[in-house]
Amino acid sequence: MLILKNVDIFYSRVHAVRRVSLHVNQGEIVALIGGNGAGKTTLLTTISGLLRSSGGSLHFDGQDITRLRPEHIVAAGISQVPERRLVFKPMSVEDNLLLGAYQRRGLKMRNQIQQEIRQVYEMFPVLGQRRKQSAGTLSGGEQQMLAIGRALMAKPRMLLLDEPGMGLAPALSQMIFRHVVELRDAFGLTVLLVEQNAKCALRIANRGYVMETGRIILQGSSEELQLNRDVQRAYLGREVEQQ
Amino acid sequence: MMFEPELEGMSRLELEQLQLERLQATLTRVSRNVPFYCKKFEELGIDPYDFQSLADVHHLPLTTRQDLRDNAPYGLFAVPLREVVRLQTSSGFSEGTTVFGYTLGDIRKWSRLTARVLAAGGVGREDVVHVAHGYGLSTMAFGMHYGAETLGAAVVPVSNGNVRRQVGIILDYRATTLSCIPSYALYLADVMDEMGVNRNVLPLRWGLFGGEVWSEGTRETIQERLKIVATDNYGVSEIMGPGVAGECLERQGMHINEDHFLAEIIDPMTLKPLPPGEIGELVLTTLTKEALPMIRFRTGDLTRLLFEPCACGRTMVRMERIHGRSDDMLIIQGVNVFPERIGAILVETHKAEPDHLIVVDRHGGLDRAMLLVEANMVAPDQIKAQQKFIDLTRQRLAMELGLVFEVKLVERSTIAELQTGPNRVVDRRKF
Repeated sequence: MLILKNVDIFYSRVHAVRRVSLHVNQGEIVALIGGNGAGKTTLLTTISGLLRSSGGSLHFDGQDITRLRPEHIVAAGISQVPERRLVFKPMSVEDNLLLGAYQRRGLKMRNQIQQEIRQVYEMFPVLGQRRKQSAGTLSGGEQQMLAIGRALMAKPRMLLLDEPGMGLAPALSQMIFRHVVELRDAFGLTVLLVEQNAKCALRIANRGYVMETGRIILQGSSEELQLNRDVQRAYLGREVEQQ
Repeated sequence: MMFEPELEGMSRLELEQLQLERLQATLTRVSRNVPFYCKKFEELGIDPYDFQSLADVHHLPLTTRQDLRDNAPYGLFAVPLREVVRLQTSSGFSEGTTVFGYTLGDIRKWSRLTARVLAAGGVGREDVVHVAHGYGLSTMAFGMHYGAETLGAAVVPVSNGNVRRQVGIILDYRATTLSCIPSYALYLADVMDEMGVNRNVLPLRWGLFGGEVWSEGTRETIQERLKIVATDNYGVSEIMGPGVAGECLERQGMHINEDHFLAEIIDPMTLKPLPPGEIGELVLTTLTKEALPMIRFRTGDLTRLLFEPCACGRTMVRMERIHGRSDDMLIIQGVNVFPERIGAILVETHKAEPDHLIVVDRHGGLDRAMLLVEANMVAPDQIKAQQKFIDLTRQRLAMELGLVFEVKLVERSTIAELQTGPNRVVDRRKF
């Protein structure tokens, strides 16, 4: 569904991503794991078109999206949930969700969009309870749900999730991860998930890629990666536990 | 049956993407963790990251068995020894020791790949697999053993001694599958004859053979004598062991597990890639090996790749049975000739492999090739039949090899007199 070939990205003058090739198949959850500054977020931001690659190609569903503008990439079916759940804090929950459907605005869409907002509330009932509240008053977990809900309002076929568990209590972040699986199972959404918390990410992902200093050093099924000693030591904290 | 249908039948486009991703990750790991490759890339001025497509692979340096020996035991490992859970060594090569390591992840992958080979050869969960490869340092027995277990079949780890007892075990345990080298299968058949075993009560159905060069004729003999379906499979210990490639029931070449190994065919003399479909030396790059990744390893085995789609539904490219070793290759009048290929042509032409000898010499700067064939193929008094045999052989050789041989029918003793070594070549040229 999504195919990246030899993607090079410069972030200001830093060569942040080097010759990265990866693919995500329809209906898969793929985890992109790695430490801070490995280039994961840069890569994700490039897929959604906010950054430009300086080399290589990106294809989505057979369409070349390498040079597409962000709004056209959203229209093609890719939605990003940004890191630190950037919601519009002064705006109400419902307005945040409406903004997510910005691209599909129009008179005839109103009923359709209201229907979809109801679906988001069904999935995250707490958002429904707080629909009039300003987003800034929500807890971290609720803001994350709102950020996901807002991304869903664009009717994406693929979701790019950037560190959905960051800064959340373990129980909360696990709930968010459960929702990600639900989204895949219920709506057939394809997910590319960037996480520093490799343990959680590999638990729900089908496959994974490990990035280090801008390069992919390992790839494989989640099972294989969980077995890999390098991954265990660097990202799963397994040996620390054993000692 | 396919063990991993979603992988074995994936489209070529998906496969090439996967190969590129895996190759790039492998190159990153070897250039970080294996000083040998790091140095080699530097010397040749190669940036392993400057890698656009799979077609660029032939810019990378080749790895030879000598490189493994020079860096023995652990110099080419890409992980520290504490992450290695298994060490094996190669069969067959006596010059110096080489050691092959596997991580836990490598062993798991290896098991799945040999499971694919077994499933392609007809084996399923209900089968009882009699593994008559020698258990020990060589990779054949353990590879097939793990594959059979992973597939869910029952393994009888007999190893390769005491052949009469083996026959008893096959009968008693109702083994349905035989895994061994082809010559051992023939030996088993001989012993069954001696013991008076009734072929029609043999439980065997499938035979998976690998580990040595064999011919189509031998396959027919084994299938006929043991009443089984015999498939060929291919392994290289330096790369992994068995599980690199295996035949499906079509028996038209071995499917290479290309999602784990990248295959190329090169000219063993010029080391340049050969056009698709030509016979040359098989070069393999591991795409997922953790402990001992190999970049463009020269297997020394001669084969050709078959790109036509296979009726079984697997999309993985096939390789022909091994034609021989590149070390044995002759160059006659500038044409690469593999002695084993000549034997195969004789079988194809005459449905039998007579004893034969290739004699090459040089007259006035020109190479001359002669093929001496044991005369008992044709009755000695039938001049016409003899002439026909000679003409047909010469035509077929010219057609297949593009080289004119002088073909002579001789007594067996003449061949024995002329033969200087174990192989069927006498090269009298002075270089």
